[in-house]
Amino acid sequence: MDFELSEDQVLLQESVTRFVADNYSFEQRRKLVDTDQGYSDKQWSQFAELGWLGMPFAEDVGGYGGTPVETMVVLEEFGKGLVAEPYISTIVLGGGALVHGGTAAQQQELIPQVAEGNLKLALGFAERQSRYNLADVQTKAEKSGVDYVLSGMKSVVFGAPTANKFIVSARTGGAARDEGGISLFLVDADASGVSVRGYPTVDGMRAGEVTLDGVKVGADALMGAEGEGFGALETTIDYAIAATAAEAVGAMSALNDMTLEYIKTREQFGQPIGKFQVLQHRMVDMFIAHEEAKSMAMMAAMRIDDEDPNERRKAASATKVQIAKSARFVGQQAIQLHGGIGMTDEYAAGHYFKRLTMIDRSYGDGDYHLARFGAVS
Amino acid sequence: MDMTFTPAEQAFRREVQAFVAENLPAPIARKVADGVEMTRDDMSTWMQILAKQGWLATNWEQKDGGPGWSTAQKHIFEEECAAAGAPDIIPFGTRMVGPVLLAFGTPEQKAKYLPGIVSGEMLWCQGYSEPGAGSDLAQLQLSAKLDGDEYVVNGTKIWTTQAHMADMIFVLARTDNSGRKQDGVTCLLIDMKAPGVTVRPIITIDGRHRFNQEFFDDVRVPVADRVGEAGDGWRIAKYLLGHERSNAAGVAGAVRMLKKLRAIAKAERAEGETLMQDQDFRRTLADVETRLEVLRMTAMRNLARASADKPVGAEASVVKLGMAEIRKDISELSMQAGAYYANPFDPKAIREGWGNQQPIGADYIFKLAPDYFEMRARSIAGGSNEIQKNIIAKRTLGL
Repeated sequence: MDFELSEDQVLLQESVTRFVADNYSFEQRRKLVDTDQGYSDKQWSQFAELGWLGMPFAEDVGGYGGTPVETMVVLEEFGKGLVAEPYISTIVLGGGALVHGGTAAQQQELIPQVAEGNLKLALGFAERQSRYNLADVQTKAEKSGVDYVLSGMKSVVFGAPTANKFIVSARTGGAARDEGGISLFLVDADASGVSVRGYPTVDGMRAGEVTLDGVKVGADALMGAEGEGFGALETTIDYAIAATAAEAVGAMSALNDMTLEYIKTREQFGQPIGKFQVLQHRMVDMFIAHEEAKSMAMMAAMRIDDEDPNERRKAASATKVQIAKSARFVGQQAIQLHGGIGMTDEYAAGHYFKRLTMIDRSYGDGDYHLARFGAVS
Repeated sequence: MDMTFTPAEQAFRREVQAFVAENLPAPIARKVADGVEMTRDDMSTWMQILAKQGWLATNWEQKDGGPGWSTAQKHIFEEECAAAGAPDIIPFGTRMVGPVLLAFGTPEQKAKYLPGIVSGEMLWCQGYSEPGAGSDLAQLQLSAKLDGDEYVVNGTKIWTTQAHMADMIFVLARTDNSGRKQDGVTCLLIDMKAPGVTVRPIITIDGRHRFNQEFFDDVRVPVADRVGEAGDGWRIAKYLLGHERSNAAGVAGAVRMLKKLRAIAKAERAEGETLMQDQDFRRTLADVETRLEVLRMTAMRNLARASADKPVGAEASVVKLGMAEIRKDISELSMQAGAYYANPFDPKAIREGWGNQQPIGADYIFKLAPDYFEMRARSIAGGSNEIQKNIIAKRTLGL
């Protein structure tokens, strides 16, 4: 047993920490998320140069062969600065779907472009009626000669406004909410019949509604075997849960630091408010919540690639349950301890709280994963 | 024991219901239902409609221009207004400045300010908190120095609700730094258009504009606009705390939120069923509903005490604590009901509605996250939960 990072992982961590320190002060981030695009192309290229975009992919497709632990290291530091570049949507969700569901040809063609920073992806896995059930897919893909015609709508697709390609789940067979009959397709963002309504989300990042109106794609757009895309989709989302858990841990750590500093310096009734025992205990509970979340993010990083799908599911859902609990507690109490200032848009704490609130509900909230854990354990 | 309202009170309830149904302008009601930000025009329109009926200064005696209602009538009125979706009036004129002027004002001050308060034409705000004086209000530093027959005011106030709509501000200022902090506080009435007053909007994390910070830069205030004597400010502020509004509107507001949540749960589907059919969701909803019953009854007990002229002290803190928590919890549950569609965040649409645009997802879900963010302030503003518990510990339990 060894819970320490390797030398290379420590170097990676130091380089991400340095990037966040240099580029993600609260004021820098605020300016960035207020731009139309919401993130920086220059920084995205920098990620490519530093090898972060190719990190989780195999070396034979142009990646660096990183494990989920490397992803954890990067995202934990990203979480501390609330990094706004579409890393999760392109690398973790889009890239993950390519890795788990793509054909060798698709991987060979696309992953190098992703690693070089020239291709951004977004994964459309939710629909208006689906809530968190990945199998609740109504988007249809109908065979038309050798081609497929896609029709339907994908909801709140993270990173949609600037994605060059979408990966979407669509039904090629089976009944509503059947796992069988779901296929994954690659769709160009500028293909005829694709429209994207982009918008900011509560965390200052970007998502969009992706409408597919009779979009014709070739057979080479199908990822893996027809009707058997669900497994890859579910695996991808479980990996995303592990990655997002690390981001949440980073955000909680920054928010706890900020709150601790505040209660040590804010004076009321002639002393720092941190001298009041009721606030001390609250702060201790926030510290504990972060430690618990960190334990689970580490567990997820080490177990998410378990070959037994049920072990993977358990690891992901248990992690998400704890992340939801901790993120909610730390976020809410950080605002309470800051008082009015924590409620303002011009102060950092509220932005961490909002990102944590969104993470709480991404890929299924705590209740959803409690039920899922119960069902598979 | 009897927890029903008298036949006369029930008749009064019907009268209020009928009046609000007939007179609340539909566009304003729609804005309230959609959670769209009120303009000054909206607020003064509704306040002047109430004023014409003599129902604006609801807490005033008849001799002062109020309706002279009983505590139960005031409670019923607030409850029905909130239930009908009327906007909360801007309370600082009728519920704060008015009672202060009636108790401590000079005849000239009463003549100058009370008519505009009763008619709803003059809107007020209240400047208490400062960046360094929140829970510990006695720390306030807004400086007022006497210069002839004027005070020269310098400093800042913060978290001032609706200051951007107000004509006048009622402030607590420091006129003396020598003795006990509480003894150097003085009440002043300041014209928001006076030279040297600037208002900075504070946008909160829900994307809305309700709070402001005001800066006072050599603002000259006639001594005639000082309420009471110099150094009376703390006593007057404490007198005001005794006049805090009842919790009726708060209970009715929570009932309204819960009604909305039930509608969402009936409309949203999960696994092919409505959310309302989901056992776990129903349990959580039932938990909130039973807690609301508890609060409603506790608020009624306070009402009964107040009606019998018994003091309501720490009991009011019990209701404020419960109310803050339940409103936060209902808003959180509502956001959870919205799932992914609670994520889109468009500040313009949050504040002004969608206009000609199609809403993203369902319109009723779109504002659930902002509402949840906004509700976090419920346990901070007006005395944080921690301060409310200190009050109960000290005053009731003698700790």
